[in-house]
Amino acid sequence: MAYDNAEQLEEFRLETRKWLEENCPPSMRTPMPDDELVWGGRSAVFKNAESKVWLDRMGEKGWTSPEWPKEYGGGGLSRAEARVLEQELRRIKARPPLFSFGLWMFGPALLEFGNHEQKLRFIPDILKGKTRWCQGYSEPGAGSDLAGLQTRCEDKGDHYLINGQKVWTSYADKADWIFCLVRTDTSTKHEGISFILFDMKSPGVEARPIQLISGESPFCETFFTDVKVPKEQLVGKVNGGWEIAKRLLQFERSSISAGGFGGTGGSGILGPEDYAKQHIGTDESGRLTDGDLRGRITDHKMYAKAFSLTVQRQTEQAKAGQAVGHTASILKYAAAKMNQDRHELLIEALGTEGLGWEGEGFDKGAKKVTRQWLRSKGNSIEGGTSEINLNVIAKRVLGLKEHQ
Amino acid sequence: MSFILTEDQDMLRETALSFVAGELPVSHLRALRDKGANGNDAATRKKLAELGFFGVIIPDEPGADTFGLVGLGQILEAQGRTLAATPLLQTALIAASALQLGGTPAQKAEWLPKIAAGEATFALALDESAHFSPYSVATEAERNGQGFTLNGLKKYVPDAHYADMLVVAARTFGEAGDRHGISLFLVPRGAKGVGIQTLNTVDSHGAAHVSLDDVHVPASALLGPADEGADILDPVLDRAAIGLAAEMLGSAQAAFDMTLEYLNNRKQFGQLIGSFQSLQHRAAKMFVELEMTRSCVAAALSAADAGKSDVAELASLAKAKAGELAHLVSNECVQMHGGIGMTDAAEPGFFMKRARVQEALYGSASWHRDRYAKLNGY
Repeated sequence: MAYDNAEQLEEFRLETRKWLEENCPPSMRTPMPDDELVWGGRSAVFKNAESKVWLDRMGEKGWTSPEWPKEYGGGGLSRAEARVLEQELRRIKARPPLFSFGLWMFGPALLEFGNHEQKLRFIPDILKGKTRWCQGYSEPGAGSDLAGLQTRCEDKGDHYLINGQKVWTSYADKADWIFCLVRTDTSTKHEGISFILFDMKSPGVEARPIQLISGESPFCETFFTDVKVPKEQLVGKVNGGWEIAKRLLQFERSSISAGGFGGTGGSGILGPEDYAKQHIGTDESGRLTDGDLRGRITDHKMYAKAFSLTVQRQTEQAKAGQAVGHTASILKYAAAKMNQDRHELLIEALGTEGLGWEGEGFDKGAKKVTRQWLRSKGNSIEGGTSEINLNVIAKRVLGLKEHQ
Repeated sequence: MSFILTEDQDMLRETALSFVAGELPVSHLRALRDKGANGNDAATRKKLAELGFFGVIIPDEPGADTFGLVGLGQILEAQGRTLAATPLLQTALIAASALQLGGTPAQKAEWLPKIAAGEATFALALDESAHFSPYSVATEAERNGQGFTLNGLKKYVPDAHYADMLVVAARTFGEAGDRHGISLFLVPRGAKGVGIQTLNTVDSHGAAHVSLDDVHVPASALLGPADEGADILDPVLDRAAIGLAAEMLGSAQAAFDMTLEYLNNRKQFGQLIGSFQSLQHRAAKMFVELEMTRSCVAAALSAADAGKSDVAELASLAKAKAGELAHLVSNECVQMHGGIGMTDAAEPGFFMKRARVQEALYGSASWHRDRYAKLNGY
């Protein structure tokens, strides 16, 4: 369906509005508690039964990713129609039906690099939230230098055999499948990497959660011992995985920074200025009494506002075909700084109230801030460190040369 | 709010960029400085008038479309790139806005066409101390028969050393510090009792201290309501801050481009200095700040045109961000040029000097941060 004029687009809006009115369950139009977030997958648990209804209906229409091709179960909408759908969803304050690395990272890469059979096999289940994916990228010896990865993938004739270890694999203990970077040639670096997919239930796969400085985390160490993988599950060419890996990283950085790690502080979430008012105090005109802290909070708030305006501007420019290259690195760098600054200020404003770990005697919200403050330290490391992002900006955007 | 220029605004931007690059490079400012012109440049004013740049926010006939502040912002950004000394901020933006917001039909009819044609230049005589503080006006305007008598001293008034007209903020009621009681007056620079002390300023743009010594003006000189001049002044100053932020963005972009070019050409230890990671990261951080400031300026210009309620907040955001950016980039520009950056023969110093003046006018970053906090209730 191609709507090439405003009238037809308006018709689409009315149809969409009607469909949403009939199909979006009432509780899916209310703010979402953290524990009702839906990641889907074979072992998905739906705390709220309406979450499942909503996911099934949206997944059936392919509207969990409205612009993906119909052929593979996507919505098949044009950019203009997808925008209308977005607006209509926002209008009724609908919850996102699905949170998924498949939708944000793996799916876009597979649509670009996968063959027809692979897309037919995997894309529909991503859209319907039936398969939950995790990402096998980092290794103990390959962090920022990702291409130094060592997980071996040997051609055994009718199958591949995988041995090695991944780390920082988010939700590896909960995911059904993994998209994984493996070494298929040990004689070169970037040209010896392949992109392969396999079931996390395969014999020889083991995932162990990692405890962070902030406590429990979704991250895992993941071990592969003689894991057999059918040959048709390798995406693209053998030794051609690095190109796919880099493209996928762009999708990842965009999805991380689009929300600014939540650092702009949505409505209802207390900001550093609120805690400072509460714990330090205000003068007779209602202003924070600690002028130095007020100045630093303001500096941060302005940075956050500038960040959200930049996201808006870059989105508009991309739609108008005036995109700046490598915006993902720019936004990722800024988002990490913003969220870390925000949490430093939150902790400072809370004083000793922000220093509780668990148990009684501390405000529940404050204890959450404490954990988030510690967790935010990872923002400048995960998904490409700030230093790597600055390298990307310097070299790819500004055109500065390599050291000879 | 839109971040995308219309086709017309985009053409205006291109015209302005090629005009300043061709006719007003930094070397033009250097030549004016060496002549002791203090930025007074009649030949350039004539060219700006021919291009129609003075009338960008003034409709040809009442109600007609204009390029808006977004359009004027593109020109100011362009002139910022080469540090060009022009009357556009004072005349085409500040005076035109003040007249549009507060002028009587007669005042509009008399002055707006002259501004649009480049036939009259203006200067806003506001500050009386070394710091921007609009409500601190102490200059007196005493009612005197059918008119007013003005007495006071205005400091560092941009363009007042050559402008035809002054917009003078004076007190008709209350005390320095009160918002209520300020009134605006249109005063010919040549009026009896107006004293002009031309200033040789660090940025070579010049300015003037203006003394008002029993200056008599008729009642028709009053611009906007008596005592409630702040109702006109506040939005005008927001627009001035936004326009100046656009100019500063242009200056920062140019200083950054110059630095980048130097990093890609200068060799030490047999290497391009731009290949050293310590400099690459600083350049990348500057670029992030440039991108963020560009968004703030664009949002503020667009909000001003749309008459949105958050114009004041966005004006403070844009001016504060532009202030921080201008210092970051102009200081790094000198530092990364090394010894050559310290010489008068090179251009980095011009950017650093102008950045200080831009920062001081219409509120420093510190002033705007404080106001931003106030507007947001902390």
